[in-house]
Parts: sequence; structure tokens; C-alpha cells
Amino acid sequence: MWSDLFANMEPTSFFNFSFLPKYLPAFVKGFEYTLLLAVVSVALAVIPALLLAIMRLNKNRLVRGISGAYIAVFRSTPLLVQLSIIYFGLFHYIELPRHLLFGFIAINRFIPGVVALALNSSAYVAEIFRAGILAVDHGQTEAARSLGLSSWQSMRLVVLPQAIKNVLPALANEVVTMVKESSICSALGMAELMYAAQTVSGTTYITLAPFVFVALIYFVINYPASKAIEAVERRMRRGDKQ
Amino acid sequence: MATNNKLISVEHLVKEYNHGKVVALNDCSLTIGKGEVVALIGPSGSGKSTLLRSLNLLEDPTSGAIYFEGVNLADKSVDINLHRQKMGMVFQHFNLFPHKTVLQNITMAPITLKLKTKGEAEAQAYELLDRIGLKDKAGEYPNMLSGGQKQRIAIVRALAMNPEVMLFDEPTSALDPEMVGEVLDLMRDLAKDGMTMAVVTHEMGFAREVADRVVFMADGAIREENTPAELFDHPRDPRLQDFLSKVL
Repeated sequence: MWSDLFANMEPTSFFNFSFLPKYLPAFVKGFEYTLLLAVVSVALAVIPALLLAIMRLNKNRLVRGISGAYIAVFRSTPLLVQLSIIYFGLFHYIELPRHLLFGFIAINRFIPGVVALALNSSAYVAEIFRAGILAVDHGQTEAARSLGLSSWQSMRLVVLPQAIKNVLPALANEVVTMVKESSICSALGMAELMYAAQTVSGTTYITLAPFVFVALIYFVINYPASKAIEAVERRMRRGDKQ
Repeated sequence: MATNNKLISVEHLVKEYNHGKVVALNDCSLTIGKGEVVALIGPSGSGKSTLLRSLNLLEDPTSGAIYFEGVNLADKSVDINLHRQKMGMVFQHFNLFPHKTVLQNITMAPITLKLKTKGEAEAQAYELLDRIGLKDKAGEYPNMLSGGQKQRIAIVRALAMNPEVMLFDEPTSALDPEMVGEVLDLMRDLAKDGMTMAVVTHEMGFAREVADRVVFMADGAIREENTPAELFDHPRDPRLQDFLSKVL
């Protein structure tokens, strides 16, 4: 029996995983919730981030300033604070249905979480895009402009396709970051992976091991993912040499 | 081949950087007639590339005028994109679009600017590629091509816009020596066909043979301009004499 393995362990033991047979489904749901939070928020962040990056490179100082201010605010304040302000502030005025998505994701908590993570992430992704755009050789823009294309046409047809290809690995890294950062959503009752650990810990009085267990899950997901991204990046760099 | 029919007329062009601390062009005036081939030569840093790049406003002049088909391009109210369509430009580093095939490189601008349908643009691109013997490369990406092939395709890309003038910014400087010939041959053919050309070059042999007029620049100013025979055989400006003694 599984629980016999842990018969001699204290509630504070590092590897007291006796809760697993009963609570594994809670962790699986939490894991799914976490992945959904991370992927959806980064996906939602892409378009605003692109806009912010292009604004950041605009000739107009006001346009540049607006984007710069947004990025500064979201990069210089803690995510938990942003999350709280958006949850208790913005979504105080927006009524959300108390509907369950896939049977376990409460819309009225999930949406504020995704919005906060996406707004935060867009500030970071904007900087990724900005670097990606600046990394495209200026000769590309000159060639496009010399053919008579407008600056927006040059950006859209020549610069952005090359920039986006260059930043795909960094974008994937942002998802990895979000898988970790989204754990903060547990503070507002979103039933993601960290929340599952807290719940199990509180219910079973096994204080430590549920957190050890979720740490293992985070690691097993993120470490191979970032290694894979590194490998893709290396291959892309080799492909770029002409 | 030179005529009195002015296509481009540069008047008192000044280009300063860093609020006047660096003067790249100092009161340059130059005309280019329709069908004329003008070579710009001079030591590096002399401003010849800056002058060429000013012609289609890749460099924004500090003062002065650039008349192209009678319109002052330095005037801020001018829609420069429209005029650039008629001024083909070829760069030292080719600047082909690496994410597009050879065919797409050539057809992108005419299609995007709605000058041609996709079918027309592609037919013209194949015709141009055939002319330079690279029709079989239409589906390739630029990184599969040699430097000489890239530069000839860059020339064809500019030609696909049916320009009134072609601007060449050191088109052979980044090429391996064995590939210089194929690019110069293509440019020679263009000149023979009556294309108006302005060429910044270090190829003195090409300037002497193909240009109708050679312009020598030093320190941001035009120091001497003349027919190739006169300029190379009887240079008057001391800077030009010094320059020629080093490069010839």
C-alpha cells in the first residue's frame, strides 16, 4: 500500500507523499489551471506587446512616452500588487458570470487573473519585441523604403516577420516564466497548482510535502521546456549564418 | 549619351550630423541628365555615399534642394514614397529580404503598391531573372545564393519598379573578387540600354569605361567633375591627383 511507505514519517517530512492517492486529481486540475493561465495570458499579451513595442520605436515623443510609461509601471511594481488592484479595482465594476469552465475553472476568478497576467506580461513581451525589431538590420528597412514602401508597409512586410522569428524562443521563455509567476494567483483563490498545494496542506496537516510535490511538477515542466528552447535557439542561430 | 534634359538636380545640398558638429556634405550641387551615367568617386568619408543616399532621401538633408522630375524632394510636404518608386537603389550589402524567395523579393513592392497584379509582377520577374540567367533560382531563398547572384537579384528587384534612375551605393565592394565582373557586366548592359545611373564606386576601370561623367568628392565637397578621359588623364585638383596616384 502507498500509505505504508510513509507510515513512519512526520507531517513535516520532506517526502511525506501519503496524500497522493487521494489528492492527485486536485493537483492534476491545478496543473491544468496553471498551464491555461500561462498560455492564455502570454497569447493575449502578444498583440498589445507588439503595439507597445512599435509605439516605443515611434518618432513621436508622446507616443513613445505612453508606451514607455506603461512598461515602466508594470515592470516596476510587484505582480501580486497589480493582480490585487485589477481584481479588487477593475473587476469590482465588471460583473462576471459565476460559471465553471471545463467544470473546475471559475470564470469570475480566472478572467481577472488572466487579464492581470496578460497586462503584466505585455510589458515584458514588448521589450522582447523591441529588441527583436532593433536586431533586424537597418539595411532591410532602407531597401524596403527605397522601393517606395511606406514605413508601416516596411515594418509589416519586411521587419516584423524577421523580428518575430527571432523572438519566438524568448516568447516561449515568457510562457515558462508565466507558469512560475502564475502561482501568485493562488493568493486570490484561483485554483491553480500552488492553490492545490495549499489546500492539500491545510486539509491533511501534511505541511511541507505538498509544496515539495508541486515544486517537482514545476521543475519537471519548466526545466525540459527551457532546455528545448535553448536547443531551438542554437539551431536558429546556425541557420542564420549565410 | 548625355543630354540637356535634367532628371535630377541637386542644389546647395548640406548635410550635418550632431547639430552641425559633423559636416558630411558641404554645399554640393550636381545635375544628372536623362540617360546619363554619373560615377561618384573619392576617398572613404568623402561624402559620396551620403550624397547618393540623399538623392532618394535615405539621408535627410539639412538644407538645400533635390529636384527630381521637377519636384523638390527635400520639401517636407512631398510624398517621398511616390518618388522613391521611380528611383531604384542598390546597396553594398544587397539587403535582399531573407524571409522571402527570390521571386517574392522582386514582386513584393510592385504588388504591395498595386502597380501590378500578382500575375503581371511574376511574369515580369521571370523575364528579368531570365535576362540575368537566374530564372532557376526564383524559388530559392537568398541565403542559398552567391554574393554576385544576390547583388544581381537586388538590381533586378529595383528594376522591377521600372525606375527612371538607378542609384548604386558601392555595389561591388562587398563581393569576392571573382564575382565583381558579373555585377559590373549587368550594370554595363543597363547603361547601354539608356538607364540613367548614379554610381558610387571604387572600380576606376568601370567609371572610366561606362560613366559619361565622373564626379570626384573629398571632405564633403565636389572637387572636380569631368568626362572620364579628362578627369583621369588630366586631373586638376591636387586632392584628385593625390587620390588617383594611390588608386590607379
